[in-house]
Amino acid sequence: MPALTAEQIHQRLAARFGEAIGALSPPKKDPFFTIAPEKLLEVARFLKSDPELSFDFLQDLTATDHPKDGVIKVVYHFYSYQHRHLLAAKVHADRKSPELDSLEPLWKAANWMEREVYDLYGVTFRGHPDLRRVLLPDDWVGHPLRKDYSEAGGYHEISNVRDNPLDLYLNLDRMVKAQQPPPPAPQPAAAAAKPAAEPPKGA
Amino acid sequence: MSLDQLTITRVGDRVEHADQGEMVLNMGPQHPSTHGVINFVVHADGEVMKRAIPQVGYLHRAIEKIGEIVTYNGFMPYTDRVDYLAAMFANEGYAIAVEKLMGLQVPPRAQYLRAISCELNRIASHLVSIGTMAMDIGAVTPFPYALRERESINDLIEALCGARLTYNYHRIGGVAFDMPDDWIPLCRKWLDHFDKTLDEWDRLISRNEIFVQRLAGLAVVPAAMAIDYGLVGPNLRASGVDFDLRRDHPYGAYADFKFEVPIGKGYAGARAGGKVGDSYDRFYCRVLECRESVRITRQACDKLPGGEFMAKVPKKIRPEAWSEAQSRIEAARGEMAYYVVSDGGERPYRVRARTGSYLAMGIIEDLSRGLMIADLVALIASLDVVAPEIDR
Repeated sequence: MPALTAEQIHQRLAARFGEAIGALSPPKKDPFFTIAPEKLLEVARFLKSDPELSFDFLQDLTATDHPKDGVIKVVYHFYSYQHRHLLAAKVHADRKSPELDSLEPLWKAANWMEREVYDLYGVTFRGHPDLRRVLLPDDWVGHPLRKDYSEAGGYHEISNVRDNPLDLYLNLDRMVKAQQPPPPAPQPAAAAAKPAAEPPKGA
Repeated sequence: MSLDQLTITRVGDRVEHADQGEMVLNMGPQHPSTHGVINFVVHADGEVMKRAIPQVGYLHRAIEKIGEIVTYNGFMPYTDRVDYLAAMFANEGYAIAVEKLMGLQVPPRAQYLRAISCELNRIASHLVSIGTMAMDIGAVTPFPYALRERESINDLIEALCGARLTYNYHRIGGVAFDMPDDWIPLCRKWLDHFDKTLDEWDRLISRNEIFVQRLAGLAVVPAAMAIDYGLVGPNLRASGVDFDLRRDHPYGAYADFKFEVPIGKGYAGARAGGKVGDSYDRFYCRVLECRESVRITRQACDKLPGGEFMAKVPKKIRPEAWSEAQSRIEAARGEMAYYVVSDGGERPYRVRARTGSYLAMGIIEDLSRGLMIADLVALIASLDVVAPEIDR
């Protein structure tokens, strides 16, 4: 069973789906290409069912946030156990209201991975049977892996800010001294009557 | 209001109605048998479960978010915590991903040191898995036996890198320290001892009637289902899929070693009702993998090349802008894939650790229908899920 290279897979998809498939990235990096969001489910179905591709393992499903470009790029990695080839593809979701088709009907592995992307990035997946948060508590506000995420005010009155421990440590001496009573004035007669230095302990 | 509507559970936004006569119990998150802090909302009709819904996230430490704040080198100790029972693999996966980004060549001695430390860690991780599995099922004796062997591995690895659990040993470009001079004879002596111990194991639990009956035929996962749900590692091989990254997409020094890849064959035997892909297969594949790891370690110790243990790495690691790389390694719990994206700065733009245990959680709910509560414990143990890999 021949393992196809990234270029061959990309050619095969571009021949079938035309402009829905973006250009292959330059070979310096791990190669990937983009898929248009409205054709995602169709392309995924082809990837799984085409006998020369037969990607049966959804190896990874994650996302990266790009606020400057206004997109959340959802990254898919597919692998075929039959042919032993790997594919990386990205789908751009509009950052203001990110929504994509769920791949759960095709690969059950997508179930939990899409839940994680929803939890940490806020991307909703149409057709997912059970889209709810997975890693964070159910009533968490916000999507932490976004670049502009800020924890506003803690969670259920558990604060998430505290003083810098280094400041506390450096100022501890000063704080302790300020609380102690001032030392008594030294008595010169008692000091002169003290015996010579004690012999050193031990050897 | 009918009795049906009286008992409902809210599992996040998903509302589950309990049927009449059904109990809704929480198994976890503090529970000795859930392999970490994991909660299961169990709908049970007496002892038989209708379904068990896992709830995770109790050990979420935002490691992937931290990856965007620290430097490439500085992230290495965090990878230890992604799976602290098999930390060498997490280190190696991240190191390989960043080395791909930077185009670094790791010297051969470092590759061998990585392979040796990883295979020893694999044995240690499988020992914990098998020991805790036996203990969860009720056989308390194998657990301290397993941990006693693991202590020897901890001692060996401590001599190598200074730590017993979170190693921070593999670094970007190689490994942190070279091997001490007397390490290989000690390792060989222990490997000989461990071979005999594995035979003892077979007599102690693998052929124990009660142990076999508890696991044989339980939660059979056919090969197509395993691939569909994304199971990896020993879970996948136990279902009959002959795939191992060390042999099929060799990385590091693994191309130089000869070893077998154990796959599930219904090891429990027909009389006990064993089937390919049941829990006993998942357990026994791990025992066989321990043997193969011993073989690999022996070969690596024999063929260890001299030379450097660290490549020439620039002081500041700064990959090309907008390059990305994915590394795949065969960790103890399956394929671990690290996906690192760089924006040209000193800190990663995105670090992603896709672990085997996270995917295994997805199958538990569907496998748990109709099982008994004690079987759920055996199922979780046979899938070898650990909370740090799930939650990161």
